Amino acid sequence: MSSATIVSLPDQSTARIPKVNFITKENGILSWLLTGDHKRIAILYLISITFFFAIGGTLAGLIRLELLTPQSDLMATDTYNKVFTMHGIVMIFLFLVPSVPATLGNFLIPIMIGAKDLALPKINLLSWYLYMAGGIMVLYTMITGGVDTGWTFTTPLSTHYVNTNVLSTGLAIFVAGFSSIFTGLNFIVTIHKMRAPGMTWFRLPLFVWSNYAASILMVLGTPVLAIAIVLVALERTIGIGVFDPTKGGDPLLFQHLFWFYSHPAVYIMILPGMGVISEVISTFSRKRVFGYTAVAFSSVAIAVFGFFVWEHHMFIMGVSNYSTLVFSLLTMLVAVPSAIKIFNWAFTLYKGSITFETPMLYAFGFMGLFTIGGLTGVFLGTTGTDIHLTETYFIVAHFHFVMVGGMLMAFLAGIHFWWPKLTGRMYPEKISQLAAVVTFIGFNLTFFPQFILGTLGMPRRYASYPEEFQILNVFSTAGATILGVGYLLPILYLTWSLKYGEIAGDNPWQATGLEWQIQSPPLTENFTETPVVNYEAYDYEWLENKQKQKEVPSVG
Amino acid sequence: MSDSSTLVQTDAHAGHAHPPYQRHHFETMEQQVDATGFAMWLFLLTEIMFFGGMFTAYLIYRNWYYPAFVAASHQLSIFWGTLNTGVLITSSFTMAMGVYFAQMRNKGKLVLCLVLTFILGLAFLGIKTIEYKEKFEKHHVPGAHYSLQSFLNPDSDEAAKAANDKPLPLDMARHTEIYFSLYFAMTGMHALHMIIGICILGFMIVKANRGAYTGGHVSFVEYFGLYWHFVDIIWIFLFPLLYLISRHQ
Amino acid sequence: MSEHNQNNNGGHDEKSGFEHHDELEGHIVSPKIYLLIFSVLLVCTALTVAASYVEMGPFNPIVALAIAVLKATLVILFFMHVKYSPKLTKLAVGAGIFTFLVLIFMTLADYISRAWGRW
Repeated sequence: MSSATIVSLPDQSTARIPKVNFITKENGILSWLLTGDHKRIAILYLISITFFFAIGGTLAGLIRLELLTPQSDLMATDTYNKVFTMHGIVMIFLFLVPSVPATLGNFLIPIMIGAKDLALPKINLLSWYLYMAGGIMVLYTMITGGVDTGWTFTTPLSTHYVNTNVLSTGLAIFVAGFSSIFTGLNFIVTIHKMRAPGMTWFRLPLFVWSNYAASILMVLGTPVLAIAIVLVALERTIGIGVFDPTKGGDPLLFQHLFWFYSHPAVYIMILPGMGVISEVISTFSRKRVFGYTAVAFSSVAIAVFGFFVWEHHMFIMGVSNYSTLVFSLLTMLVAVPSAIKIFNWAFTLYKGSITFETPMLYAFGFMGLFTIGGLTGVFLGTTGTDIHLTETYFIVAHFHFVMVGGMLMAFLAGIHFWWPKLTGRMYPEKISQLAAVVTFIGFNLTFFPQFILGTLGMPRRYASYPEEFQILNVFSTAGATILGVGYLLPILYLTWSLKYGEIAGDNPWQATGLEWQIQSPPLTENFTETPVVNYEAYDYEWLENKQKQKEVPSVG
Repeated sequence: MSDSSTLVQTDAHAGHAHPPYQRHHFETMEQQVDATGFAMWLFLLTEIMFFGGMFTAYLIYRNWYYPAFVAASHQLSIFWGTLNTGVLITSSFTMAMGVYFAQMRNKGKLVLCLVLTFILGLAFLGIKTIEYKEKFEKHHVPGAHYSLQSFLNPDSDEAAKAANDKPLPLDMARHTEIYFSLYFAMTGMHALHMIIGICILGFMIVKANRGAYTGGHVSFVEYFGLYWHFVDIIWIFLFPLLYLISRHQ
Repeated sequence: MSEHNQNNNGGHDEKSGFEHHDELEGHIVSPKIYLLIFSVLLVCTALTVAASYVEMGPFNPIVALAIAVLKATLVILFFMHVKYSPKLTKLAVGAGIFTFLVLIFMTLADYISRAWGRW
């Protein structure tokens, strides 16, 4: 049975990677470390976030190993606290937040809108250095003893009751936060001011819309995290009393400021992934995204509404019941735009010509797993059920479904989808499809049991647990091992493909979008002539006509 | 603005038909000015949210511990505070005039305005130092050496006596430390932004003297002006919130 | 000859002998306006200090904040040229203020309603 595929590669015997491209343009380590080219910066980011992902993944492995047995026998409970805290910090701030925007966004946004670079290339480079500085500080924190407050730094634990590296971690996140702010700022300016002639807002690829919405959140939300960290630092060093009940302060104030950022942060993490899914689903069903305007506006709606719901992380913390009512209602509302996207993707698939290349497999995984994760978010958003489910493994399962089953799958979908554009080479299809399936199976085995554990009452952040929960924990750890294999494979075969992958040509997926009309890998200046756009997004007829014109043979 | 439908040949360095300070990834100088100006505004938005966290903390604790905030606020000098407000507003005026003279390509007056702004900025910081010193001497700095004396026993304190303060109960007196925490955090963060601004001003004065901003390229002065006015606006809110809580006992 | 932008303030170009383009160098606001706004700001400062000595009950903080908002608005519109700026700038400023207000008011909503007790 031959599997249908839309892949169209040039003749491998004669095809070559274009001699002049952004990689070969200049040589030497300094030309990379001092570059202003958004594509080089994207590659720098890709390498660094993969490194930190490996660290975060190792920490996850340690967590699952400890949880194989009900006793805290692999490591001391204090150490376990440090392991899950560092896992959270590394995965959230050093992997998930920059993942799609800083790699794929940086690389693709200028090309997708028809520009030569982002608006502020030097700020872009600064953004990467700030990320590296934050990352190195986190590593320093880990090496010198770690921090054990949980990634949420809840006061007064973090300000008064622990002796661990809260300050250095706080500083690291402060610095990394500015990296995020500058990336978002750059994107907003670029998308507003540097679109090519004819590229109106509603002709933009939905990937651009999603990153735009995420950028708004980055710019407006991250500074509040920064001030929360500053106040914790002042509380820890001088004892100013702002979060200290003995001096009249309110520990809950920290949580308000922290979650005011951290809730929009989850949308910062997921929105760019949703943008990837829009592109992938459209390409592999050969169909315009259904309800383009709805998907575009829902991205912005998620961003706006995302600012109104943060207290749902604090329902049991002692906030007033009246405010829980309000925030619970708003949480129900914020689920709507996400659901709109899922519906629109489903309708895009309907009557499309679907093929199952690797990016599409990840996209299918995303749709199913994000839906489950999102729906369980609604269970958590209703105050009554939240009282039972919060601080249990239900929460852990919920956010891993949306972040790993959702975001990480979207990231992998995007990496595979645009790999030919970034490198000029195709990844090996069969093994990558295998890796996608392995990841899906491993993921479900790891995290589905955690929903059950949570409902049964197993608390999160505990190194030891009652005997009756062991069997589900064993399943979860087994799944984690499979998941680890699923993530290791891409690192291996993608690296392999750099040398041995098939030459991809300009447009191996027959996709629409300006990035597919230029060479792979692109020139440093992206375009030889400023493109003029006079067609809508996802216009497959336009693409067909263009290809037909090329095929008309010229005599001779 | 991107409505022109003409194709632009972008082979690098052919003819160089654009002004020297136009970056190559921009199509026109107008696009560059437009984009960088917008970027500066977005940066100011992040600053609004950054200070926003502290304003939130202030509003909550003022609501909870009003008597403590009133008594503590009386410890600040209305004279210095008002003078500082006047100094900062004047520096905003001189900064705005600086932008005007840059636009009018008048180098001499531009440098004069920048220097005046610089001096007024330093004056603000000088007055702040006087105020901080006084707080330090009276043990009103939060931390290990914080003293409740002025609030438990207002007659022992000049400022409290002048304001006819009644003695506070012990727990409310303790909450004055939160007021001062916020006072130092907010004015300290504000002062930090002033210091950064003054350093950049120094750099700008040197460049302005060399004519960098009076040749038709005023962006840097204008955007710095935005930053300076923003820092002024923060103080416009800090002044009544910290100094003028209630002077009408 | 190059085109003149419609926003050009009349008179300055001929006097100084160079062409001014608003879109490149920003709209020129006359020093008279700056002086006027400056004076208003100083008057408002005096006003707010005076008002703090007058007993107005719950209106004291309201008056103080209102005057501060007025001063800030004047600085934003005139010193920061927002009045003469493109719509996008005005939208951005509005978005920033809106988010700031959301932070303050929705956080305060919790604190204020705590005192209302449990149902």
